[in-house]
Amino acid sequence: MTTLHEPELLLGAEQPVEQGEHREPGGFYRWVTSVDHKVIGKNYMYTALVFFFIAGLMAELMRTQLFNPNGHVVSLQTYNALVTIHGSIMLYLFAGPIAFAGFANYLVPIMIGAPDMAFPRLNSLSYWFYLFGGTTMLFGFLTASGAAAFGWTGYTPLSTATYSPGPGADLWIASVAMVGFSGIFSAVNLVTTIFYLRAPGMTMFRMPLFVWSMLITGILILIAFPVLTAALVMLYADRHFGAHFFTVSGGGVPVMWQNLFWFFGHPEVYILALPFFGMISEVVPVFSRKPIFGYKGMVFATLAIAGLSTGVWAHHMFTTGTVLLPFFSALSLLIAVPTGIKVFTWIATMWGGQVKFNTSMLFAVGFIAAFVMGGITGVMLASPPIDFYTHDTYFVVAHFHQVLIGTTVFAMLAGFYYWYPKFTGRLLHEGIGKAHFWISFIGFWITYMPQYLLGLRGMPRWVGVYSPNFTFLNRVSTVGAYVLGIGMAMLIVNLYWSWRHPVPAGDNPWDGHTLEWATSSPPPAHNFHSLPPVRSTRPVWDMNHPEHSDAVPVVTGGDESAE
Amino acid sequence: MSRRSITNRRRWRRRLRGPAVVAAAGTVLAACKLPTFGAYTGNTVQGNATFHLWQGFFVASIFVGGITFALLIYAIIRFRRRGDAIPKQVHGNTPLEIFYTAVPILIVAVLFFFTVRVENKVDAVAKKPALRVDVTAFQWGWKFVYPSYHVTEITQGPTGYPTLVLPVGETSTFRLVSNDVVHGFDLPNFDFSRYALPGVVNYFDFTPQHDASFVGRCSHLCGLYHADMLFYVKVVSASQFMTWIHQQQGRASA
Ligand code: HEM
Ligand SMILES: [Cu+2]
Ligand SMILES: [Cu+2]
Repeated sequence: MTTLHEPELLLGAEQPVEQGEHREPGGFYRWVTSVDHKVIGKNYMYTALVFFFIAGLMAELMRTQLFNPNGHVVSLQTYNALVTIHGSIMLYLFAGPIAFAGFANYLVPIMIGAPDMAFPRLNSLSYWFYLFGGTTMLFGFLTASGAAAFGWTGYTPLSTATYSPGPGADLWIASVAMVGFSGIFSAVNLVTTIFYLRAPGMTMFRMPLFVWSMLITGILILIAFPVLTAALVMLYADRHFGAHFFTVSGGGVPVMWQNLFWFFGHPEVYILALPFFGMISEVVPVFSRKPIFGYKGMVFATLAIAGLSTGVWAHHMFTTGTVLLPFFSALSLLIAVPTGIKVFTWIATMWGGQVKFNTSMLFAVGFIAAFVMGGITGVMLASPPIDFYTHDTYFVVAHFHQVLIGTTVFAMLAGFYYWYPKFTGRLLHEGIGKAHFWISFIGFWITYMPQYLLGLRGMPRWVGVYSPNFTFLNRVSTVGAYVLGIGMAMLIVNLYWSWRHPVPAGDNPWDGHTLEWATSSPPPAHNFHSLPPVRSTRPVWDMNHPEHSDAVPVVTGGDESAE
Repeated sequence: MSRRSITNRRRWRRRLRGPAVVAAAGTVLAACKLPTFGAYTGNTVQGNATFHLWQGFFVASIFVGGITFALLIYAIIRFRRRGDAIPKQVHGNTPLEIFYTAVPILIVAVLFFFTVRVENKVDAVAKKPALRVDVTAFQWGWKFVYPSYHVTEITQGPTGYPTLVLPVGETSTFRLVSNDVVHGFDLPNFDFSRYALPGVVNYFDFTPQHDASFVGRCSHLCGLYHADMLFYVKVVSASQFMTWIHQQQGRASA
């Protein structure tokens, strides 16, 4: 199945004669045709990072516009398009794909001791859908009427043909649909891989928490994404085939879009969060030299979050006056409980440990701090009266940026600095890394804390101009955004540095616990030359620290893979 | 022996004094004057209830967030790596795990209780309001109709913001709709907003408590001039309100 990039294995004795002039495909061709999960995973990660920087530049542009109350950096129409495409890229093209298609693709098979994903070709198809879908969205800017300008949530009727004519909106719909399909393919692949390709001894309750997170994320994707796809098809039919799903005049129901969208959208915010929780659950124990505190509690907390997240969509619709407030409020408040369990678990894992604060761990701790803050304001928003007050103001903007930057940026970078040696065989520079962390972390708080106050003082979201009495706090926020941007640029510096001044990483630079640290960096074509026995959640730790091993000694010498 | 136990007791008393003072101060503060924590006090009976709920949530957040951050910072400082020793391999602690599951459940149960109480207050619609106001949102402006007085205020041009005038101390019922796309009828100083949705009619009440004037806004993205969809709100005495009404009626018939 993965013959293309492994010619050295095929050039054996049984090689047919007509393939005598077979050349190993190299460079671009090899890269384009590869179905190796590691190559696809890296493609995903680097593509997602490119999208991240594109959307980041848009954010800096918007913050520049907002430096003055009556900014003239961009037109109002362009501002609306920038908000829309910035949000859409960050959520659909960066945050989700980098985790459940980038990191997961690369790491899940290795972590469970599998040679590849279950469906390598589907995997490759999924990447190309993602790349073409993603660029489709950007093409909106090249059309005469500009890119879609109705927000990343695409509320009807604003997104219907009457109020958003022009191809920008259609490109947005096509793009999100394509990326959605790519997500569904990845999810099918991941779930199948995790259920069927685990190595002997790798029982469900010995899987790394990262793998558990990916499994549950995959299931959530399969629940949520088809609903979004259906809604997009309905919207497209409204726009072009005279359907009336979302228009009052034709007997349709505009709020239906919000229900469909958030039935996808709320699970989506956890689809964006859970994989990163999984990364933190790998990073924190390793740098604390301890096992995760309460492994099973973590698994059940993840399951609880996933379960609850399918039943809280209407907390984005409290102010519509069409939803049962106490029900959705209660479930939304409850979701804070498993989320809190996770935070306490990470702290308890550090407790009594030997915690090493290199760049990866700094980002992990930075994530916890940002996430606690964003989670607290999330609990406030889960209370309908408070939400009436703050909905669609900068308070909500601050809330979701704190949780999202906390998870998809800080936690992602914790994972990126942690696994980069495995991906490339090279270490990243610690000094640049620490500068990267501190500058971004400080910029982050300067950017978002003033926005809470702006929201409370009544500044609405999605505005390119505002009343002059909001000027000061906006300026603080803009300066913070520049600092954050400079911090993020350090990532590029660091990647360049590690490329020009390679420092070999070795197989296991961090004294890691899980199977990916048992193979070379980067791993060979089929991931392992030999697998250590899997007798606990930490097979590599057991192997390297037999005196502190988790594994129950095998008395009978029997083969556990029979279970 | 006995002396030692006395000093012990004293030490305990001293130790307990701190938390006791904090708790007492907390109760006293809650009883009288908490800061606004950045929010408006909510110039309506309904909005003021929301404001107090906000204060409650904020105080709870300070406690929960404070404890969490304190634990995190302590862990960072106390357990930073100081050598090559392998720490004790602790895999968990069931009572502790149950504790940090149960306590948050309790906290959110309390928050939910107060939420529901305030929610019912904010959402109640009077059977016999003193005033009815029909609000229609459109791209990009507002129409305020006082049906019992046949008075209409409407956005006129890009800077002709309309004024919503309300009598202080009286309960007005609002009927909110949209002509075209989704808008957000947002009155920050009333601590309230509600969507104006095409195809959905929303009702809610305001009982303003003090004279005031401030700016209301559209909070939901509704197209090109969303940022400029402002209106003025003026809370005035009952007599001033009637004067204003008569003025408007005179202007309409003139
Ligand atoms: C303690 C857990 C959380 C609670 C209780 C919570 C609650 C809420 C509520 C009630 C809203 C709606 C606010 C409004 O629009 O008026 C909201 C918005 C939002 N939340 Fe959270 N949240 C939590 C965690 C998260 C996480 C983990 C993420 C993603 C990583 C997230 C991402 C978002 C986003 C993107 C929005 C804005 C959606 C929009 O564009 O309108 N939240 N949250
Ligand atoms: Cu949500
Ligand atoms: Cu608007």
